[in-house]
Amino acid sequence: MQSVITAEVRKATPAASVVDIGGDVTGACERELMDAYASATEGQARAVVLNFSRLDYMNSGGIGLLVTLLVRANRQGKKLLAFGLSDHYRQIFELTRLGEAIGIFGNEVEALAAAGA
Amino acid sequence: MTTESQPTNVERRADRDAEHWAKPVARLRVTAIPEGAAAYTVEGRRLTSPIQGFGWLWQKTFRVRLDGANVTPAEVIATWKQHFPEFWPKGNRFHKPLAGIAPGEVALLSVAAGGPVKLSTGIMVVYADDESFTFMTPEGHMLAGWITFSAYREAEATVAQAQVLVRASDPIYELGQLLAGRLENRFWEATLTALGRHFGSAAAVETHVVCIDRRWQWSQVGNLRYNAGLRTAMHVLAAPVRFALRPFRVRQS
Repeated sequence: MQSVITAEVRKATPAASVVDIGGDVTGACERELMDAYASATEGQARAVVLNFSRLDYMNSGGIGLLVTLLVRANRQGKKLLAFGLSDHYRQIFELTRLGEAIGIFGNEVEALAAAGA
Repeated sequence: MTTESQPTNVERRADRDAEHWAKPVARLRVTAIPEGAAAYTVEGRRLTSPIQGFGWLWQKTFRVRLDGANVTPAEVIATWKQHFPEFWPKGNRFHKPLAGIAPGEVALLSVAAGGPVKLSTGIMVVYADDESFTFMTPEGHMLAGWITFSAYREAEATVAQAQVLVRASDPIYELGQLLAGRLENRFWEATLTALGRHFGSAAAVETHVVCIDRRWQWSQVGNLRYNAGLRTAMHVLAAPVRFALRPFRVRQS
């Protein structure tokens, strides 16, 4: 299975990194997502904010990867937040109850404010 | 002259994707109870993801190569959906919803979980397309999480796969998982073996088990109150009492 995700990391503030996710988030993109997370948590970052504005598609395998990411973040005492989800994917977060553990925000400013960054 | 804006590829894909997902539900509703099934451990329950579970987080992948079978992934999934209960190991029942395996449908299960009592629980179909479908478990189920069934092409063969991402729901189930977790593996290995056999393949099932998180989520210990095993046992034990009270209830009504 080929992965078509893009996951670019930028330091939004000293305490928070944003991962700009584009393309498809499926079970096949574990390495890209985990590498992006590792890069995002280097240094002082206490929060990782996932930007889904350029997300094309996410299936249950991709949702599973977000659970894995959340476990890692909890273990390391980092906050995991998200913004840029379409109504459709917000509904999926609600259905799968992922939204109860990952803070979902309307835009980057709100997400970074919630991250305390 | 009218002009219509053409949807982009992304919009078209999202539209197609949307119809494959179930709509969010606050609590499960069982619309029809098949003969031999019970809904009291499912009706009104919420879905649970691995985040709401108690035990260690496991990802288990079971796959079988359908060697020699000239079938596409879509044909495998269509057959799997159609005959899902028939591939389950003996002693367990999957009561397929009337509308079949489709997004939003709830199926009731009777599962042999050790001992004489069959555990009554269920699942909800949260995703279904031509090449995969996903079940999510309700409160009270042994496991909190989901299982995705899929098929894909690999090296000139179609491969059927079941991938589980779950935690045991509560401490009692966790104890069962730690003592007899291999029973669950055998369950899905037997299912995939039966599916392979249906397509004329005798290939062995490959199992890949990864423990993603070896921590107990004590914040979820309250899940015990929904434990379908305990509730099923209490329901069975209370059957003589219900039987004795039956004439009284009829007279009252």
